[in-house]
Amino acid sequence: MNPPVATAFFFYFLSATVIIGGVLVITRKNTVHSAMALITALLAQSGLYLMLYAPFVAGVQIILYAGGIMVLFLFVIMLISIERTMKERQFNKQWLVGIAAAAALGALFIAVYTKGRNLFPNGRLQPTETQNTQAIGSLLYGQYMFAFEIASLLLLVAIIGAVVMAKKRI
Amino acid sequence: MDSMLQISTLHYLVLAAALFILGVIGVLTRRNVIIVLMSIELILNAVNLNLVALSRYWQGRPLQLGGGPMALHGQVFAIFVITDAAAEAAIGLGILIAFFRNKETVNVDEVNLLKW
Amino acid sequence: MHQVVEYIQSYLSSNLTPGGAGNWFWATVYVLAVFVGLSIAVIAMNWLERKILAHMQVRLGPMRVGPHGLLQPIADALKLLLKEDIIPDGADKVVFWVAPFIVVLAAFTVFVVVPFGPTHAITDMNIGILFMLGVSSLSVLGIVTAGWASNSHYPLIGALRSSAQMVSYEVAMGLAVVSAILMTSLHGAGLYGAGAAGAGDGTLSMIGIVQAQLEQGVWFIFKFFPLGLVAFFIFAVAMVAETNRAPFDLPEAESELTAGFHTEYSGFRWSLFFLAEYSAMIAVSSIAVTLWLGGWLRPFPNALQGSTWDFVFSLFPGATFLFLAGMCFYNVARMPKHPLFKIQMMGLAAFGALLGLIGLVLFIPQVSARVGDIFWFSAKVAGFMYLYIWYRGTFPRYRFDQLMKVGWKVLLPVGLALLILTAVMGMRTEIWEAVRR
Repeated sequence: MNPPVATAFFFYFLSATVIIGGVLVITRKNTVHSAMALITALLAQSGLYLMLYAPFVAGVQIILYAGGIMVLFLFVIMLISIERTMKERQFNKQWLVGIAAAAALGALFIAVYTKGRNLFPNGRLQPTETQNTQAIGSLLYGQYMFAFEIASLLLLVAIIGAVVMAKKRI
Repeated sequence: MDSMLQISTLHYLVLAAALFILGVIGVLTRRNVIIVLMSIELILNAVNLNLVALSRYWQGRPLQLGGGPMALHGQVFAIFVITDAAAEAAIGLGILIAFFRNKETVNVDEVNLLKW
Repeated sequence: MHQVVEYIQSYLSSNLTPGGAGNWFWATVYVLAVFVGLSIAVIAMNWLERKILAHMQVRLGPMRVGPHGLLQPIADALKLLLKEDIIPDGADKVVFWVAPFIVVLAAFTVFVVVPFGPTHAITDMNIGILFMLGVSSLSVLGIVTAGWASNSHYPLIGALRSSAQMVSYEVAMGLAVVSAILMTSLHGAGLYGAGAAGAGDGTLSMIGIVQAQLEQGVWFIFKFFPLGLVAFFIFAVAMVAETNRAPFDLPEAESELTAGFHTEYSGFRWSLFFLAEYSAMIAVSSIAVTLWLGGWLRPFPNALQGSTWDFVFSLFPGATFLFLAGMCFYNVARMPKHPLFKIQMMGLAAFGALLGLIGLVLFIPQVSARVGDIFWFSAKVAGFMYLYIWYRGTFPRYRFDQLMKVGWKVLLPVGLALLILTAVMGMRTEIWEAVRR
């Protein structure tokens, strides 16, 4: 089978899209612009999953995240009038402490990754990806059957909860 | 330069860490609840990227150590995380709608009815 | 130079898709061919819709612009391109501009995996059907943002209704698709899976689904009769609702909501929505054709076997184009003497000659062997397009609550029951063994 062409170019392009999308999400004043930036970031993330030879997770990301969750976000954004929110103050009073906490977290990550740099060797096997969906299916219905059923129960609870929360009169 | 061109697992982990930090900044500094929820989605995505990248790493490990081409546990976990993210987004937005109906605001620091 | 020619030619003798072979030159050629073919198909659909609707309503349709209105789509396109571009006051300019492009991107990207033949797809992803369903659900985002960005009531209501409808019928579509995918994992041949039965490895790739139908010797619409038929019917209804076409076109009906989410879009932007709608129609029809109607396989692959029947069916592509050319020449002979009739006669005769030339080229055996698959696939998709136009001319419009009721209360339970029944029918020997023991 053919190795992917120009892996580095695609990785840097997709990761730049994800990072820029993330930055736009947390800095835009207009909520709809944030939502669209998040959609771009999610689609680029799906491309990253494809590069990691995880086509099923990439497909699920597009269908559920970009095509389901973001539609839900856009619906709610439209039901809530945002003209007023665009004129208000965007960042809260403890933004300095927040940035300091994130910087501390960043320092922790840098420490971990520089110390553990040699844990992940460069060369890797290239297993075939044609059986990815089938393998995930056999894992989901075999070893993780219990978690699968619990996840479906969780979704049922979420549906009922969302309906009850958003009703005008219970 | 060569290590920059050869994409290894560490590249994906660093990208996931950067996304995580962006999500944390969004949750801690923004006032608009919807943006906070979207930053939580960013955090969950960072976690997913970590899981899938490490699952790929494990696929390259030998079979006796727990690896092999069927070691897709990270990807299965990522699918569960996406499912949970959907459920959590639905409920979070339901709560937001209920709260907006009562108090006409979407700012987190105005949710202070129980403050002494 | 010699290496370049060899790189180009080595692909022709392989039996992979360009994406599978990693051949970027042929992949680009295929992308351009699909793009051009899709544009011609949308233009032809525009003309066909107006003429066929007109004939169903016992009138003639466009007859003036070109012979029998054949140049009407070009006139429409020119008019749309020359119209003034109006952006409503208070609309969010960035989002207003981006929304049609999202819908067009979603509608066109889907064609990357559509299998026109065993090697005639741009690429064959092993999650093909999942990719198609996912990317076509991205058009909901474009519609919602288009309605919101217009900063006006009717588009907002139209967008919310339209997206609610599309999301509801995606569920029904997904269930019907899953029950067809279940059928790919069986190895038993024939209508009810008799023969070397048992479960194997299913596939999500579009080419793999058609090859499973070829291997099992039956189109999935007829498999486990009537389960395949009901699944096809659910998908056929859901796909009409998914593309916002009649009878589910309340969100864009002119008498109800003044054209719904694309009310405030004029000129070129509206034509983008229009292009995306027809491309989405062709895309979901391709899904239906691949999953249930055997993709590129010729009709009756098992009942009428043998090399003579193969030869007879290989004559169909050329014969169809010659028939169309014959109709053109017949209308040339019947042309009434209105002004400029000479130019119209010459134009129609030239068009007829072009069609006849294509028909004659399609009789050559090498061309017919390679292109015959594309012809059968396109013929089946064209049948679906005719069904779309037929529905528009026949059925009254569903009210919005009736629409949602059908989607959730009728199609979803039937789809679930169908899924369970298909699974039981597919594994019936194993279940019978387990019960007996």
